Amino acid sequence: MKDWKYWLAEQRGTLLAFVTFIVMFAIYVSNHPAGFTANVVQTAANKGVLLAFVAMAQALVVITAGIDLSVGMIFILTNCLASWIVVGTPLETALGIVGVLLAGLACGAANGLIVIYGRLQPIVTTIATGAIYFGIALLLRPFPGGGVNEDLADFLTGKIWGVIPVSLIVLLVVILVVWVPFSRSVMGRTAYATGSSEAAAYMSAMPIRRAKFLTYTLAGLLAGIGGLFLTFFTYTGEAALASGNAYTLFSIAAVVLGGVSLYGGTGSAIGAVFGALTFRAIGDLLFVFDLDPLWQPLFQGVVLLIAVSLGAFGLLRVRNKLDWFA
Amino acid sequence: MHGANPLFRMEGVSKRYGGVRALDHAELTVHAGQIHGILGENGAGKSTLIKIMSGVVAPDEGRMTLDGKEVSFASPAAANDAGIACIFQELSLVPHLSVADNIVISNPPKRFGMIDRKKQRAIAEEALARAGAADIHPLALVRDLPLSRRQMVEIAKALARKPRILILDEATSALTAADVSKIFAVLKRLREEGLALLYISHRMHEIAELADVCTVFRNGSNVATYEAGTKSDNEVVELMIGREYTNVFPPKAPVAASDNPPVIECRRLSWADQLKDISFSVRAGEVVGLGGLDGQGQRDLLLALFGVLRGVGGEVLIEGKPVRIRGPRQAKGDEIGMALIPEDRKTEGLLLPMSVRDNLSFAALDRVARAGVIDRAAERSRIDEMIRLLAIKTAGTDIPAGALSGGNQQKIVIAKWLMNRPRIILLNDPTRGIDVGTKQEIYQLLRKLAADGAAIIFYSTDYDELIGCCDRVLVMYDGGIRRELAGDGITEHALIASALNVEEDSMAEAVGA
Repeated sequence: MKDWKYWLAEQRGTLLAFVTFIVMFAIYVSNHPAGFTANVVQTAANKGVLLAFVAMAQALVVITAGIDLSVGMIFILTNCLASWIVVGTPLETALGIVGVLLAGLACGAANGLIVIYGRLQPIVTTIATGAIYFGIALLLRPFPGGGVNEDLADFLTGKIWGVIPVSLIVLLVVILVVWVPFSRSVMGRTAYATGSSEAAAYMSAMPIRRAKFLTYTLAGLLAGIGGLFLTFFTYTGEAALASGNAYTLFSIAAVVLGGVSLYGGTGSAIGAVFGALTFRAIGDLLFVFDLDPLWQPLFQGVVLLIAVSLGAFGLLRVRNKLDWFA
Repeated sequence: MHGANPLFRMEGVSKRYGGVRALDHAELTVHAGQIHGILGENGAGKSTLIKIMSGVVAPDEGRMTLDGKEVSFASPAAANDAGIACIFQELSLVPHLSVADNIVISNPPKRFGMIDRKKQRAIAEEALARAGAADIHPLALVRDLPLSRRQMVEIAKALARKPRILILDEATSALTAADVSKIFAVLKRLREEGLALLYISHRMHEIAELADVCTVFRNGSNVATYEAGTKSDNEVVELMIGREYTNVFPPKAPVAASDNPPVIECRRLSWADQLKDISFSVRAGEVVGLGGLDGQGQRDLLLALFGVLRGVGGEVLIEGKPVRIRGPRQAKGDEIGMALIPEDRKTEGLLLPMSVRDNLSFAALDRVARAGVIDRAAERSRIDEMIRLLAIKTAGTDIPAGALSGGNQQKIVIAKWLMNRPRIILLNDPTRGIDVGTKQEIYQLLRKLAADGAAIIFYSTDYDELIGCCDRVLVMYDGGIRRELAGDGITEHALIASALNVEEDSMAEAVGA
C-alpha cells in the first residue's frame, strides 16, 4: 500500500505549484487592505484565469518537448474576432463564440500541420505564424474598439451565489472537458512519451504525429478561450502587440513555475494553471506591499530565475558530460 | 531432431547498407518450444537479422514464412501483430512514464475512449509476475529504476504482447547475476509454454546453459547450425573466424618502441559500473589497440581519458606526472597534448554546414591566433600542410564540410586534431563506414604519427585492423581488460576467444566435454 507515494512522486511538480500558489496567495490576501473577501478573490481570479488558459495551451505543447510562441497572438487574434462577432441576440452570441473557438482551433491546427508535416522547428514556425495571426488581428481591429454581449460578459466575470467567481468555474469546466480526457487518452500518453523519448515512442509504435497535431490544435483552442475571456473583461478588441508578446512569454514562465519541464515528458496542464495563478499573485504582491509598480518586471524575473534553477539541479548528477548536451 | 514444421523460416535474405553487405543470403529456421542461440562476431550480421525479423528494416531480397505462410513486416507494429516481439540492446522504454504505462504502451486497454487504468494495472502486474519481476511496482517511473530493473520491465513489456517468438538481443548485458538466473528460469518456462525464443549473446556460458540449437553467423551468412552441446567452445570460435583477409596494412615498426618511457599510464581506472580497475601504459611510438566485443567499455575508457566523464576513480600519469584531466580543453592543452578522434563524426567531430577551413582550425584556434585575433596567414599554412599530409580531396577550403565524401570528412576530423600536434592520440573506431582506400591511408597515417613519436590508443570493432595496425591489443570484457596480446600473439583466434571471455587453454580440453 504505497501507491500514494508513487502518485505523489508523479504529481510532484503539480503539487509543488499548488502549494506555492497557496502560500503566495495567502501572503497576498493577508496583506490586502480589504482582506480575504469575495471581491478580492474575484479580481484575482479574473486576472489569473486569462493567463491560466494561455499557460494550459503552452503546457500541452511543452509536454511533447515542443514550444508554441504563437499562443499570445492567437489570444489577441481571437480577442479581436470576438469583438466583432460575440454580440447581438443570444443565438448570434452563441454562434459567435463557436466561431471564435473554431478560429483558435484553426490557428493551432495550422501550427501543428507546419511543424509535423513541414518538419520545421516549432520555435521558428510559431514565431512566423504568430506574426501572421497578429497581422490578421491588426486587419480586424486597426484601432481598439468593437463590443461584446455585455450581459454574458458581466455574468462570466461576476460571482455566483455572491461568492464563487464564474471565471474560475469556467476554468474548472475547461480542465474537466479538455485536459482530463486528453491526459487519460492514448493521445495524451503518446504526447508524454514523445516528450520523454521520441525514439522510444517510435519504437513502441505510438501515434506520434497525431498526438503532436492534437496538442498544437488543442493549444490553439485553449488560447482562443483565453482570447474570448479577454473580450469579456475588456468589452473591446485590441490588436495590442505588447500584450500578445507578454502573454506568450508569461505562459512559458507559468509552465515552468507549474512544474512542466521544458525538456518535455513531465508535468501537467493543471500545474501550469497554478503556475499562472502564482505568477499573477507574485505580480500583485508588490501592489499590496505598496512598492513602486516599476519593480514588477524585475521581481517577476528573479522569481522565474529561481524556479528555473530548481529544475536544473538534475544536471549536477550527470556523470557523462556529453549528457549535458543530449 | 525436429520433425515438426518450423514456426518461422527465413530464406535467402540479404541486406546492404550502402556498399556494405550486412546480410548475404541468410537462412534461419525457428521451431516452437525451442531456445535458439545466435552467435557471431562484431558485424557478422546478427543485428541486421533481428532488425529484419522484427520489422525495423526491410530486407533487399529473400522471403520469410510464419506458419508456412509468407510474411513481410512494414513496421515494428506489423511484426508485433504477427507475434514477434523483440527486446533490443538499446532500451525502448519511455523514462517519464510509469512501469505500467510502458508495459501496455503499444496497445493500452480502453474504456469510453480513455485508458482503463485498473485494467492496465492488472495487465502490468501479470506481465511483471510472468517475467519474475513482481517486486517492481507498476506505478514506479521507469527513469527512477536502475538499469537492471529496466531490463526486467522491458521483458515484461514484450511478454504483455503475448508473442509467439521472443527475440532477446544481448538482453542480459545490463543485468546482475541474480537477475540473470531469474530471467533464465523465466525463459525456460516460456519454452515449456511453447514459445520460440531467439537468444543473441556473446556470453558463451549463457548460450551453453540455455540454447537447444545454435546458429553461427559470419560475414552476413549463417555458416553452421548445430544442436547445443555438440561443439566445443574452440570449434565455435573456429566457425566464427574466417573473414577474408587482405593485406592493406603498412609494416609495423621493426623495434617495438619498448625502450621509450611511457607517455601515458593509467592506474586502476574505474568509472560507475562501466570501467573496472583498468591499468596500462602506452609508450611513444606505440600503437595500442582496444579490442573486444562492441560495448565492453572501450568508448567509456577513451572518454574517461579525455576528461568527459565525471567521477572517474584511479590515476592517470602523463610522462610520469599524475594529472587530473577535467575536460577536453585541458586534455588538448600543452601539458597533456591529447586528441580524441570521435566515432560519430556528424555530431561530435564536424560542423557539417561550416567550411573545411573553419572545421580544421576550430580545435587549434589558440595556436594560430595572436592576442585573440586569428592570424590568417598562419592558419592558411597549417591548413595547407594538413590537407597535403592527409591527401584530403576537396575543391577548396571554403566549401562546406558536409559536401565531402565520408572518407574525406573523416580525414578532416583527424586533421583537425593533428593541427595541435598531439602527443597522445585516441581514436574511437575511426574507420567505420568509410571506403577501403581511405582506410588504408588512415592506417599509414597512424604508423607515420607513431614513428614521429606519438602514443596512439586505437579502438576498433574490426579485428583485421587490430591485427594489422597494432603493436599491442588490450581486449576488454565487461568494463575491464581481459587480456593483453602483443606482436605475433595478436591473432584472430586469440582476439575472438578473449573477447568472448573463454579460456583458450581450457578450450582444447573442453572438446567433447
